[in-house]
Amino acid sequence: MSDRKIWVYIEQEDGKAHQVSWELLGAANRLTAELEGSEVEGVLLGYNVAHIAKEAYRYGARRVYLIDDPVLEKYRNLPYAVGASQLVEKYHPEIFLVGATILGRDLAGSIATRVRTGLTADSTELAIDENKKILAATRPTFGGNLMATILCQTKRPQMATVRPRVLPLPAPLPKANGELITELLKMKEEDVPVKVVRFVPSEVQFNIEYANVIVSGGRGVGSPDGFKLLQELADLLGGVVGASRPVVDAGWLPHEHQVGQTGKTVRPKLYVAAGISGAVQHRVGMSGADFILAINTNPNAPIFQIADLAIVGDLYKVIPELIEQVKTAKQGVAHVQ
Amino acid sequence: MHSIVAIKQVPDTTNVRINPETGTLIREGVPAIINPYDVHAIEMAVRLKERFGGKVTVVTMGPPKAVEALIECVEQGVDRGILITDRRFAAADTLATSYVVARAIEFVQEQEPVDLFLFGKQAIDGDTAQVGPGVATRLGVPLISYAIAIESFDPMGRTAVIHRKTERGTEVLQTSLPALLTVEKQIAEVKRSPLPNLIKALQYQPEIWSAEEPYLFDLDKIGIKGSPTIVGRAFTPPPKEPGDVVKVSERGLTETVAYALGQICQADVVEFLSLAGDTGGNK
Repeated sequence: MSDRKIWVYIEQEDGKAHQVSWELLGAANRLTAELEGSEVEGVLLGYNVAHIAKEAYRYGARRVYLIDDPVLEKYRNLPYAVGASQLVEKYHPEIFLVGATILGRDLAGSIATRVRTGLTADSTELAIDENKKILAATRPTFGGNLMATILCQTKRPQMATVRPRVLPLPAPLPKANGELITELLKMKEEDVPVKVVRFVPSEVQFNIEYANVIVSGGRGVGSPDGFKLLQELADLLGGVVGASRPVVDAGWLPHEHQVGQTGKTVRPKLYVAAGISGAVQHRVGMSGADFILAINTNPNAPIFQIADLAIVGDLYKVIPELIEQVKTAKQGVAHVQ
Repeated sequence: MHSIVAIKQVPDTTNVRINPETGTLIREGVPAIINPYDVHAIEMAVRLKERFGGKVTVVTMGPPKAVEALIECVEQGVDRGILITDRRFAAADTLATSYVVARAIEFVQEQEPVDLFLFGKQAIDGDTAQVGPGVATRLGVPLISYAIAIESFDPMGRTAVIHRKTERGTEVLQTSLPALLTVEKQIAEVKRSPLPNLIKALQYQPEIWSAEEPYLFDLDKIGIKGSPTIVGRAFTPPPKEPGDVVKVSERGLTETVAYALGQICQADVVEFLSLAGDTGGNK
């Protein structure tokens, strides 16, 4: 076994892995090139979840440590933190990466405190420091105004949570296999002070984080009604509607739509920013888009600094015209096919 | 009923600007505020006091000027404010901060038992969301993060039912008390402070604790010494190469939009548009 283990927490709920786990396995494998003698391993907790280990091998885990126990059927902070800490104390990983999801951020802070180590929150970039040969985790701070690279010199493991959708998803290797190491949870149900009473799923299953096309509106849209126009364009392009913070604060759209520092980080192929000035807090959430089309009447709008194409004009003229031309293009495709 | 709320005074990050020449933060003129999530945590504690009687204690670690924040807390209905301030606490990371806050809470708890600990879900300057989970772990109490509502609260039966936000919906949890909640803004809407609180706050002087008095913190566990993480480098995000700019006023609406669509086709980011742009007819 490797003496320098890079661990990735394989986040799962109801037997389904969260995609950030695979993004992290990809990142961890890139780190091995810079860290001699290191290997990538997964940590999997849950109940009846062994099938997820096989997926983890395909995304680059050489080995998976599994604790499979009925107490872990639903995520709860204490038994999960106990289980993961138990593994850390037995196997001594060098680095431990966790997705900066709601679940991951709840869990990682508890593990780091239990094992008394350092934890970098919500990183957006991972590297190995060339001289010190330790993890250099970079993260936005002060509302995205400043980037900070954090090092953990004195304690192990070096822990970091990493924002979903910032790092690319690796291509799975269908034939890859790995080694499964199972451990028993050192905790019984009667020792868990929290019970899940019920779960109310969100009314709309809205997942902006994984949308390929996002049509976002800002204050410049002017009214909640204006978002119908954006919705029409989004529907045509097979995408969803996003928003900047002022829109959500004004109650024009629910929080699930918010893109940015205090909303979601997105990585769509196409991001249309209509009437969004582009404060840094918004830009940190969407600058990873493949193509950014910004529409704004103000030629000096900060959003134009990161747009691949900036249209200086009134969105109420540009978007309807865009809708018409996309419709025409779509008919053309149907005709060719 | 006794709640302890842990708060942080933060720069209002929505007003933080970068000096374009030096690439550093301009902090001058940036107002210090109570972390916005913490304000809602305080409100929740005050509501519970209104319902069950008892008191609300607020603890904060920070520079001397954070007393202002504690006075604001008293305006909001808090009874006791404690500022833990000492140069030796400076540069604490989340591990060292959670040590200090947890020990301070335990010290208060010895005098007056606590039913509930409330934290904002994260502070808007660091955005780590790690101190709440760290303190819960150190205190050995249940953690319920991202709490959005208290469905029921029974200080006598020592149990509560809490709603928390998850990525897929709302999780309803039953917990024993005391428990530690980190809260979203929805937990309680902030009301205007009543006049008697404002008058009380005028004369209120928060307690000031140092690293040694009234509680002797382990000096190896605080500040830089107690922090395993350090900031290796801080920098402003590098600017991206600006892209194309087209003006409707110059090229006309139809042509501008046609150009934009052409660019999107070329970038190959929307599948059917890429097909439309493909004139080779190989489909």
